[in-house]
Order: sequence, then C-alpha cells, then structure tokens
Amino acid sequence: MGDGVPPTLFPDWQTPLQEATNTAIDALVIGFGDEFEAVSQALLAVLLPLEQALRSAAPWLVLAIASTLAFAASRRWQFALGTGGGLWAIGALGQWDPAMQTLALILVAVLVCLVVGLPLGVWSARSRWVQRVVSPTLDLMQTIPSFVYLIPAAMLFGLGKVPAILATVIYAAPPLVRLTALGVSQVNAEVTEAARAFGATRWQTLTKVQLPLALPSIMQGINQTTMMALAMVVIASMIGARGVGETVLVGLQRNDPGMGLVGGLAIVILAILLDRLLQACGVRLQPRRPVRSSWIAPWR
Amino acid sequence: MALIEIRGVTTIFGPAPPTALRKLRSGLDKAALLASGHTLGLDDVDLDIRAGEIFVVMGPSGSGKSTLLRHINRLIEPTAGRVFVDGTDVMALGPRELVALRRRRMAMVFQGFGLLDHRSVVDNVALGLELRGVGQRERRTRAMQWIERVGLSGYEQHLPEQLSGGMRQRVGLARALASETDIVLMDEPFSALDPPIRAQLQQELLALQAEQGRTVVFVTHDLDEALRLGSRLAILCDGAVVQVGTPWEVLTRPADDPTADFARHVNRARALAIGSALAPWPADLPMPAPGNTTDAVDADASIEQVLHRLVGRTDPLAVRRGSVIVGQVSMSSVRALLAPPDRACSRSTSGGGEKRSG
Repeated sequence: MGDGVPPTLFPDWQTPLQEATNTAIDALVIGFGDEFEAVSQALLAVLLPLEQALRSAAPWLVLAIASTLAFAASRRWQFALGTGGGLWAIGALGQWDPAMQTLALILVAVLVCLVVGLPLGVWSARSRWVQRVVSPTLDLMQTIPSFVYLIPAAMLFGLGKVPAILATVIYAAPPLVRLTALGVSQVNAEVTEAARAFGATRWQTLTKVQLPLALPSIMQGINQTTMMALAMVVIASMIGARGVGETVLVGLQRNDPGMGLVGGLAIVILAILLDRLLQACGVRLQPRRPVRSSWIAPWR
Repeated sequence: MALIEIRGVTTIFGPAPPTALRKLRSGLDKAALLASGHTLGLDDVDLDIRAGEIFVVMGPSGSGKSTLLRHINRLIEPTAGRVFVDGTDVMALGPRELVALRRRRMAMVFQGFGLLDHRSVVDNVALGLELRGVGQRERRTRAMQWIERVGLSGYEQHLPEQLSGGMRQRVGLARALASETDIVLMDEPFSALDPPIRAQLQQELLALQAEQGRTVVFVTHDLDEALRLGSRLAILCDGAVVQVGTPWEVLTRPADDPTADFARHVNRARALAIGSALAPWPADLPMPAPGNTTDAVDADASIEQVLHRLVGRTDPLAVRRGSVIVGQVSMSSVRALLAPPDRACSRSTSGGGEKRSG
C-alpha cells in the first residue's frame, strides 16, 4: 500500500498472494522433501564426478583434450591452438580451478536443458495446443527476474550447486526449446509425407527425417542456451555455486575492480571457446558439402 | 478383381466433416457446404485400377486428384467410403498393418521430389528398404542398381541440392522403384520439370514400366501427358469422376466440355501411342520371324515418332511390345486416328466407324 493512495481504489492482492505462495512453498518443502532431495542427488551424481575430474586432472591434460576436441570439430589447427591458448590464459589469470567448476556446472545445466528442452520443442512443433501453453511459459521464464525463482529454489534444494543449475536451466532453456520447435516445424511437409508414404512410423519420421533436418536450428539453440547459461554464472555464485562467478562477486563485495575484471575475462574466454566449439560441431554435423568454414575461427 | 478398388469415397475438409456429410446427403447444396467452412474434396468416387496398368488420374488443379491418390496409401482418410488393395480394406487396417502395407505394397513419387536433403542420393534411394529393415550393405547394393538404372551412376554420394530438378526426380523415381513394391503412386512427378526433361522422363517411365509391369497410379493436370502415359484415364472434376476410359476414348469422346475443349487442341500425333492404331497382322502375309523385331516399332512410341516410316509405305509396319510382335499399323489406320470424322457429323449419319457412345 503506497502512501497517499486512497485505500479504497485498490483491493489488497499483495497479502493473500504473498501468503499463499509462502504457504505453498512451505508445504512443498515439508511434503515433498524426499522428492526434491532425490532430484538433488541425481543432479549431483552427474555434476560432482565431472567437476572432480576436471579439477583434479592435470591442466596440461585438459588443455590437450580441449585442443584435440577443437581440432576434431573444426579440422583447423589454428582453432585448436586458440582453444589451448585461451584455456592457458584462464590458468594464467589464476582462475583455473574456479573455471573448471564453472565449466562442469555449465555442461550439466546444458545437458539438463537438452533433456528437457528437446522433447518439449518437438512436442510443441507437433501440437498447436502444446505450443499455446509452452510459448508464453518460455516468455515468462526469460523475463521474470532470476532472484524471484532463486529464493524458492534455494528453499527447496538448499543453497549450493543444485539450485544454481536449476536457475540456470530456467533462464537458459527457452532458446533451445524455441529453436528446436522452429527447426522441426520448418521441415518441408512433403518430405515428412514422403517418409510416411514409405512406411515410416512416427518415431522413424522424427529420428530419420525431422530431427536431422532441424539439426542446424537445434545446434543454434544449443549454442544460445550455452551462452545464456554462462551469463548466469555470477548470479549462480550468489547461491553458493562457487566458480568464476564467485571471483566477480568477491570483487564486487570488496570493491576490487581488478578482481572483477579477472573473473569477467575468464568468463568471456570460456564463452568464446564454447561458442566456437559448438559452431564448429554444428558445421561438422551438416551433411558434407564443399568446405566453407572461414567464419568459424576468429583468429586467422 | 481389380488390384485397387475405390468405393464410394467422399472426403470433406473442414471443422466437422461427418456433420457436413450428413447434411450433404440430406440435400444440402455445395454452395451452402462451402459457406459452412467445408470443402468437398472428393465426391462419391468409384474406381477400379487393374494390376500392371498405368492408370492416370487427370483433372485441373483443385479437382481432388492428389487427394484421391493419397487415399490409396491412406495419407488422407475419407469421410465415407472404402479403399481395397488386393481385397484388403485399407481403412480397416491398424497402425502396424498400415505401416506394413506402405512398406511392402506401395511406393510414392512426389511433385516437389520429397527427398531428404541431409542424405546422399544412395541413402535417399535406399529409404524404403531401410524402413523395411533391410541391412545397410544389402540395401546399398540394391539402391546402387536402381541409381544405375535411372542413369545417375557417379552421383550416388551427391546431396540432392547438388542435382538439377530432372536428376532429383530420377532419385525420386529410383527411390520408389527400389522399394520393390508392386504399386507406385505418382503425384504430378514431372510437373515441376522443364518440357524437354519432362518428355525424356516420360519416355523413361514407359521403358521402365514395359520392363517392370508394376501398377502405376499417375496424377497429372496435363492431358498430353495423361494420353501419352496412361493405359486408362480417369477425368476428375470438382472431386467427382466424370469419365474413365482409354486415351483413345477420352480423346475422341470426351465426356465433359473442359476435356472436349482441351482434346481439340491436343496434338494427336504426339499424344497417341502408335499402339492405339494397332490392327491385326494380315493373314495373307508371313509374320516376321520371332525375335526378329529390328524392323518393328515399339507400341508405346508416339505416332509422331513413327510417322516418317509410314509415309509412302505399302507393306504393313510391325508393332512390338517388348520383343513380341503384337500387330501392324498402316497409313490408313493412323490417318483415321489423326483425323477422326467430326463428332456431330458422324452421329447424324449414325456413323459407320463410330463405336457405341459412352
């Protein structure tokens, strides 16, 4: 209730909405604690080994593996060298360990986005009804400030990496869902009809025709989702996810702009490397045609 | 019994087809049907398609011919009526049986080719075999045979986008034939192609068909093409069948005005096969020795192609189907086809050569 506004003009929606939400969240915490714990354990079962592996592996090994991946995806030694150099720079900035934490978190968040987002995208491409529900939900997920769902997420899962992953998924999944739906619905109707005419089941039509033809669009969705997930790392660190986001956060809290810049640079390098790597994968997954890859590598 | 029987198929498109059908049967006229947001796709269609023939469904755009074709493999379901393939009611099949029917019995060729752009030519051609569960090596071998058969050797690893329109439709054709189904449905397969390429593919289709003897249901809006290819034709107008007959019957006794109008402008020498002028071999002349078909003309060749061999000729010209002599043609039998007696005139004199009116 603002001051000076006649109390008769507005009904009081704030109090009931606030109380109802809090009651509902409390009820969820009490009634479904085990279920949330199970989800939490499942996510950690994927995240922790990955994080452990990345952090405990010798940095030169990680550099070598990343460069090899980059070469396999792009077939360009410049890009492989650039990838190794970028990661080496992260180490030189003193951010190696937090960067590995962040990388593990991002990879798991993108994995969850894929598991949830791909079927949802396909489903909404196939059903107008589903699309009518999904589309505004995605709008909401992208526009609602993340702190709004960070608070209940932290209450349901406790502080730490799990609510950070979920918050990242909520923020980052929409482009994947949308671009998957777009890609699938843009597949030429005559081509899917041809598949049906030759006796393809719905599943075969999906896996042999629609998904492969939607692949460029889906790859773009994965790319965007990954970039948006990286944009969440500072916020994720606020609920205890650690990583490079924490470096920025500490810089902010200590009024130390230099530290903030160091963390920021590490995030930017990670973003560039992941972006280029995913784009190169996207090109590699295309059916083979005359090579046209100059735009993949920024350094030439 | 015909291989494909279409019985009383009526298909209405719109928000509530069954209700619209009931109203139509209780006397609602088509204008009122249209006003209710429905369109009549097919109107009580009955057809018999025989094994081994090229059955052409001809009609202007919007006449329902592509819709009709899609009822045979049930890509579109009718509001009322039945479709039988080999006596099996296609409408009564469960999902599994329908998939099996499409895999085993019928392949399809599309106007816009319907190729999978992410797959090489050979993997496109092998699609039908792949869906049927034929192993990778086996289906590649078989696909390669068909690629060679349609003249695309050397292009098997190309992507469809690297090929010209005519070549893409050869891929479509090879894909349909490689599925080894006895029925091939063709939905305006050559309409998107340039005239010379179209003529070439028509010729090749006839050659393939002479060798394969499959049952082809061919949809086109082009009467020339229909006459050229069809063993028999069905003329469709506003979703209803207005005429079924041989090319000769349709050309000489068209049942509706649009067809009659069109038939007048058809180059008969090009549209009719020499086989339509076929006469029995004269009893007083010795038959050419079996196997000696070098001098004979193919029954599927157009009159135009054969005409130069008839001019000034006095002895009969042998006509073969495959390697069998099936009869002979002469200038007089061809002339009767090319310049038939005027319809009105022949009717008024209760015309001698005219067959019973249809």
